[in-house]
Amino acid sequence: MSGRWSRWIHRWASPPYFYRVSRPWGRAFAVVSFVAIAIGLYGGLWLAPPDFQQGNGFRIIYMHVPSAWMSLFIFVFLAVCGLIGLIWRIKLAHAMASAAAPIGAAFTAITLVTGSLWAKPMWGTFWVWDARLTSELILFFLYLGVIALSRSFENPQTGDRAAAILAIVGAVDVPIIHYSVDWWQTLHQGSIFRGNPFDGHLHTTVAPSMLWPLLVMWLGFMCYFGALVLWRARSEILLRQLDTDWAREAVGAP
Amino acid sequence: MTPRRQRMFMLAAMIVAVGASVFFALRALHGELLYYLTPTQVAEGRAPTSGDFRLGGLVLPGSVRRHPGSMTVRFVLTDGHHSIPVVFTGVLPDLFRPGQGVVARGDLVKGTFVANEILAKHGPGYHPPGIHSRYNAPHIPGSLPGGTTALVTRP
Repeated sequence: MSGRWSRWIHRWASPPYFYRVSRPWGRAFAVVSFVAIAIGLYGGLWLAPPDFQQGNGFRIIYMHVPSAWMSLFIFVFLAVCGLIGLIWRIKLAHAMASAAAPIGAAFTAITLVTGSLWAKPMWGTFWVWDARLTSELILFFLYLGVIALSRSFENPQTGDRAAAILAIVGAVDVPIIHYSVDWWQTLHQGSIFRGNPFDGHLHTTVAPSMLWPLLVMWLGFMCYFGALVLWRARSEILLRQLDTDWAREAVGAP
Repeated sequence: MTPRRQRMFMLAAMIVAVGASVFFALRALHGELLYYLTPTQVAEGRAPTSGDFRLGGLVLPGSVRRHPGSMTVRFVLTDGHHSIPVVFTGVLPDLFRPGQGVVARGDLVKGTFVANEILAKHGPGYHPPGIHSRYNAPHIPGSLPGGTTALVTRP
């Protein structure tokens, strides 16, 4: 399995090649992200009807739920980068993880803050220690741990590897967060998607007129992440490779 | 074995080890980590004999009684199989209403749950008014899907 895969990974992992191709990709992601978030916000805040029980208060869902999905997705991204970096010894994978971790931490913080602001008027409290909220808070600390660990060693490679291992091990929290509302009795409501997407029985508890802006916002957040992670990874590999000719040329240094 | 393959096996072994320990830890915690107990779980004797615990269920339609001139309200909390009367004095959450899910904190005094805090537990359904959805009420373990609509129409 290593032959074809390794060739593909190694070509993309070449820092000068990545630095060149990531620029148009990043711009494309940024444009799609801007358009999608604009449409999603308009759809969510103006076009979608008020909820039968929460009125207009439900509209914070358009920030809360896509942020929560991003917080899970980016942690899986960290774990996959960590695996690639550890197994194939690809420095770009560690640079990508290092670029992504603060973005994931920010989405997790947005999830926790918007959730708290939403919980107060609807549930009657800012915070409860139920399985869903607690496992999401643990995810926030895992992000902080990955960020801190990668910067805690004199040798940056040691930091990269330690952070990668924490990301791989910590990824076990992702399915726990997802299934917490099914496995334990929580105050947090169940998932808005039910069933199995692979056997055609996937259905949702959200009316279509309210659902589409949510999905558009999610697309916008994904592309926002794509643009930001490429942009940050570009700076990261420049910093890490400043002693090479291509990097000095890229920043215009003599 | 190439060094790369060796690293793959090392990581795979680590993932299996961590996964297995978390799996068994979660299995052991399956019945714990519950934010609330249902009336059926209380009937099974799982509530602590002294001190506060949280009781969750659906507000039985037709059971809500307010005391005129006071902040006291009485209602019945049910999961469809067992019911417990609740008394509470204080401010109810806006989403409190018949058929809604609530989680009450307090303790049992002679068969009545004396609550000092009531939180609303709404379902995952979001839709405009006037549409019937079976996700309007939260799912309470052991109860019928569809919340109290299914409860009260059951013979």
